[in-house]
Amino acid sequence: MFAPLRAAAPVLTPAAAPIIAAEGLTKTFDVLPVLRGLTLHIAHGEFLALLGANGSGKSTLLRMLAGLSQPNSGVIRVGGWQLPREAAQVRAQIGLVSHKLLLYESLTARENLRFFGRLYNLSAARLNAQIDTLLKRVGLARRADDVVRTFSRGMAQRLSIARALLHDPSILLLDEPYTGLDQEAAAMLDALLGEAHAEGRTILMITHEIERAARLPSRVAILARGVLAFDCAAAEIPDAAWLAARYTEVTSLIAAR
Amino acid sequence: MQTPFFRVVYGIVAKDLQAEFRSRELLSLMLIFALLSLLIFSFALELDRLAREEAISGVLWVTVAFASIIGLNRSLTLEREQGNLDAMLIAPINRAAIFVGKLIGNYLFALLVGVLLIPIAALLYNLPLINVWLFIVLVFGTLGLSGIGTLLATMTAQTRTRESLLPVVMLPLALPVVLTAVRATTGILSGQPAENWLGWLHLLAVINVVYFAACFIMFEFVVEE
Repeated sequence: MFAPLRAAAPVLTPAAAPIIAAEGLTKTFDVLPVLRGLTLHIAHGEFLALLGANGSGKSTLLRMLAGLSQPNSGVIRVGGWQLPREAAQVRAQIGLVSHKLLLYESLTARENLRFFGRLYNLSAARLNAQIDTLLKRVGLARRADDVVRTFSRGMAQRLSIARALLHDPSILLLDEPYTGLDQEAAAMLDALLGEAHAEGRTILMITHEIERAARLPSRVAILARGVLAFDCAAAEIPDAAWLAARYTEVTSLIAAR
Repeated sequence: MQTPFFRVVYGIVAKDLQAEFRSRELLSLMLIFALLSLLIFSFALELDRLAREEAISGVLWVTVAFASIIGLNRSLTLEREQGNLDAMLIAPINRAAIFVGKLIGNYLFALLVGVLLIPIAALLYNLPLINVWLFIVLVFGTLGLSGIGTLLATMTAQTRTRESLLPVVMLPLALPVVLTAVRATTGILSGQPAENWLGWLHLLAVINVVYFAACFIMFEFVVEE
């Protein structure tokens, strides 16, 4: 495994046991190794931005943490539950937002939320209340009964956040959620993620946006060729230019090995 | 901790019906294909009444099978395109419930197309096709096609060549369903005594049970990476 270029900040204290603990994950597609013994701990309430080039294994890692893919070796614990043995308990704690919408375009915003809420066994009364609250929160209350096909990309992504929050998950997994958003929609998504973090949710966001990674989260890590090559508390990052320089440095060094 | 099985099934069926009621995408595709297919067969097979009676079972079931494939392809592609299958898979549900829910939706669409097709075929081919036993064969035959098709369409929907791949992998496996359905239909429409064709109907029911059990068990592995 490659040594990190910069020592990780002490983001984990004994009091802050990891809500996500991935140990020694390996994954190979055909003969191509994607993850090479990756270990990652994320503490309760942490907001971790994970940067990395295409093919570095970010999305594979996220799919594993969501229980959508199995590692070839290694152990994943989420909230103390082990995957895949206790997958149902893990899934109940996770909300997933992706660059894909994960919504039905021919259903209305409310119908989409009702369908996904049913999958989480929310009672009708709680589900209806939750739908109304979340639609207001993401600024879509007036469009609740419009079909998603008529939504802009930004509106659909906000609805996707509402879908992910329906069952009040303690963990949000975000796979490039800013893809295709204009500045206004991205700013709105920033605010929503800030709120979710302030509520104490643990967030793992995969992104290519270095400026945003330097500003929003509480911790930033870089994945390169299937290993964690950089891990740093956000407080130690002076600015986006510094992070961009580290990103280039780390990825070039790992690529050269 | 898991959401009750039938609550998930109900949710998926209700969602599929609601989406289809609004878009009419699947049914219109399936119906247009089925009508065109019947028309082409009727022009291509300019036969006398006896020959038409012999050919109609095959024409009906080939049409229903291909219309089902079109519907299945679209139904599962819609789930994959926007990642909706992933959104279902990360919910705390039994994955077999997704199979049963999708199967029921696909089955209802295939059955509806089959039911609408019979009177149209009766007119086009000038044959008395309205028969309660034919409806029963349709109920079993479309169920078998939808069962095996839902599993295979879930597999092929994640490939780039899904439109051409599904018929290639599905037709050989659907052959026992189509063959037994054609035999039973031929027996019914030619006015043979029930003992001549009831065995085919029984065999079709047994094939359905075997296919359903196999697909139910295999679905979890099909959606697993």
